[in-house]
Amino acid sequence: MSSATANAPAEPRAYHLPEEPHLHEGHSTMLGFWMYLMSDCLIFAILFATYAVLGGSYAGGPGPKDLFDLNLIALNTAMLLFSSITYGFAMLAMEKNRISATQGWLFVTLLFGGAFLFIELYEFSHLIHEGAGPTRSAFLSSFFTLVGTHGLHVTFGSIWLVTLMVQVAKKGLIPANKRRLMCLSMFWHFLDVIWIGVFTFVYLMGVLR
Amino acid sequence: MTGTLTTTQMIFGRLTWDSFPWHEPIVVATFCAVVLGGAAVVGALTYFRLWGYLWKEWFTSVDHKKIGIMYMVLGLIMFLRGFADAIMMRLQQAWAFNGSEGYLNAHHYDQVFTAHGVIMIFFVAMPFITGLMNYIVPLQIGARDVSFPFLNNFSFWMTTGGAVLVMCSLFLGEFAQTGWLAYPPLSGIDYSPATGVDYYIWALQVAGVGTTLSGINLIATIVKMRAPGMSLMKMPVFTWTSLCANVLIVASFPILTATLVLLSLDRYVGTNFFTNDFGGNPMMYVNLIWIWGHPEVYILILPLFGVFSEVVSTFCSKRLFGYTSMVYATCTIMVLSYLVWLHHFFTMGSGASVNSFFGITTMIISIPTGAKLFNWLFTMYRGRIRFELPMMWAVAFMLTFTVGGMTGVLLAVPPADFVLHNSLFLIAHFHNVIIGGVLFGLFAAINYWWPKAFGFRLNQFWGKVSFWCWNIGFWLAFGPLYVLGLMGVTRRMRVFDDPSLQIWFIIAAIGAAIIAAGIGAMLIQFAWSIWKRKELAVEGDPWDGRTLEWATSSPPPEYNFAFTPVVHDADSWADMKKHGYQRPLSGFKAIHMPSSTGTGVILAALSTLCGFALIWYIWWLAGLGFIGIVAVAIAHTFNYKRDFYIPVEEVTRTEEERTRILAAGV
Repeated sequence: MSSATANAPAEPRAYHLPEEPHLHEGHSTMLGFWMYLMSDCLIFAILFATYAVLGGSYAGGPGPKDLFDLNLIALNTAMLLFSSITYGFAMLAMEKNRISATQGWLFVTLLFGGAFLFIELYEFSHLIHEGAGPTRSAFLSSFFTLVGTHGLHVTFGSIWLVTLMVQVAKKGLIPANKRRLMCLSMFWHFLDVIWIGVFTFVYLMGVLR
Repeated sequence: MTGTLTTTQMIFGRLTWDSFPWHEPIVVATFCAVVLGGAAVVGALTYFRLWGYLWKEWFTSVDHKKIGIMYMVLGLIMFLRGFADAIMMRLQQAWAFNGSEGYLNAHHYDQVFTAHGVIMIFFVAMPFITGLMNYIVPLQIGARDVSFPFLNNFSFWMTTGGAVLVMCSLFLGEFAQTGWLAYPPLSGIDYSPATGVDYYIWALQVAGVGTTLSGINLIATIVKMRAPGMSLMKMPVFTWTSLCANVLIVASFPILTATLVLLSLDRYVGTNFFTNDFGGNPMMYVNLIWIWGHPEVYILILPLFGVFSEVVSTFCSKRLFGYTSMVYATCTIMVLSYLVWLHHFFTMGSGASVNSFFGITTMIISIPTGAKLFNWLFTMYRGRIRFELPMMWAVAFMLTFTVGGMTGVLLAVPPADFVLHNSLFLIAHFHNVIIGGVLFGLFAAINYWWPKAFGFRLNQFWGKVSFWCWNIGFWLAFGPLYVLGLMGVTRRMRVFDDPSLQIWFIIAAIGAAIIAAGIGAMLIQFAWSIWKRKELAVEGDPWDGRTLEWATSSPPPEYNFAFTPVVHDADSWADMKKHGYQRPLSGFKAIHMPSSTGTGVILAALSTLCGFALIWYIWWLAGLGFIGIVAVAIAHTFNYKRDFYIPVEEVTRTEEERTRILAAGV
């Protein structure tokens, strides 16, 4: 003990906080959600890599040139990009605490998202109808899985969107709801980024192949 | 799958009376034992009216300490199962010579070696390290809980759900016969049409969700919730290694998830990712699964490197030698672990340049690992070493792991690997690093932090018995495998033709029996210590610890620290003691804590049910289960009230109780 006292500095150090430090509610949510998004991004990375490896394995079946209708895909891409813009408007309205404007823009986003999904399902059913279903070749397996996984994400994003609209209607734009809208916003834009990859890598480069 | 379905098939899928393995006497006997044992446990819990207590205080708890302990219990139970598989294999291989078929048929034996690998990695090592990190990390950084307490509870139950599915496969249908990584095309629907691979897939998927989420949770906790003053370079080394391990978890488990999704699409939908025809590419599976699989081994070992750092510095009573280099070595290993996956299949034929690249990166990884070893050695040099049990395990680790590391460098040489690939040499190598590193580390950690978690020490005598049994048994069990591997014996063999090999397998079986004695001694150690807990009781800091977890009482109160600590040094508790820190006796405040919830249990149960239905093609149940998961998850988000305050009177009462105990002890 004597040596410890000898080593002690003149000023006694504070070893605890007298007051409870205030960690605001949801202090880690954004970071956590970012990490979730990055882990999701890895799933897409694997699906992209799989497509890169198998995208040329037609097994004597149809290839991208025979199957992809770029006009339809352009329309579809527009739907998703518009939905991102309208989500952005919803967030701007949220910042100004305008509940009905937020809800309105969220609803428009939902419509665009729904249109995207509808067109995607139309494309899928068309392909399957033509005998180009996911079991036809490794190329089609990886195509359907990559694009379908993205579509599945948009579907769950839409369910989440509806849930949040109900919650905003019930509780208003309280901090918890704002935080949730922010998370969904990141999710939604993330899906947009993924789609840019899909559009470029699968559709555009596919037709060039 | 074609033709019309009968009503029974609609309801039960492919589950029939024949799914029970009536014809396998070993399985039936095990089943009876499990049923009787299970009935006894359930009966006892009911008799002593413990269900309510367990549900309220444990199952639905979001307290990171309780979740940590539950993870450890899960790991221990599954460890006994996985070890039973190991003993069965050792016995079979020692037996099946001179025309004897042994006692396990091929169908059963193949399941045993697959289950052993899957269980030991996913349901023993993973729960153990996750439990350890869960318990210790928040305490070491001076936090009250993790960032997402509900997710933590949910993650635990998902891991448990995966374990439940694996255990189901023992008595209902069969487990995979493919080896622990289920390479296609063998794991495809053509060659494995039964339930085995589906059990494998869904057990891993359900548990994988839990692992990924707990990874995210712990990273957020470490990044966001450190005590004031604890900059990154003042974090305890165990927290550092946990951080790196969790980064690896978040960056690698999604790959496993995606890969298994592709495999299940091949099996359920008929896609052609890994098939032999229609353009599929089985080699891609091998690449993908090892891109997850190699980081996985570092996920397992890194936290234990942290444990050894804590143990060595505590029991040498001095600051860890080369803290900074330890941190950099950990981060280097974290990055390099992504650049070596191809060394698991040099023989696949990627060409000389690719093999050389991965051979060299593999050898490079031994440099930071070597640096760590020297840091531990230099910490011991001129330290006042106390050979308590944790320190004994640490020394055993250094000796054992070094041998395992060196055989690993041997295997990293591609030409040598062409000779040793898939031989028993490989088996000996990775058991050498996993037992010598991960398990010995866990034993060190359990002996070291047990007093922290329960307030009493573990018995030394039985601990030492266990220690020596493990060390001797390990070398007897795996030394012969090195020899056999060099002689060219491949892994996963069920019967042998060459009688000259038998003696090695007999020695290995004796080694396994000695390990069994070591496990027995450890169980006795636990039971004995719990029995004699009054005599072994300790106060907060029995080892003269150096990091924050020892600054609070043992076991810690629900809120961990009455006041949030302020950190000035990497060895913050040692620093506090050195400066004559006085525990505050008054001025307590109400403490903000997360509330318990049963949602995690329900969600995980539904996921497990959904997985079970998918395994048995019970589509309606799978659909229902899935809808249930979504509905419960959404309903949970409508609950905005998730926290409460521990009233100041209760904090004061708890702290005054401790003051009284401390006074009585002095």
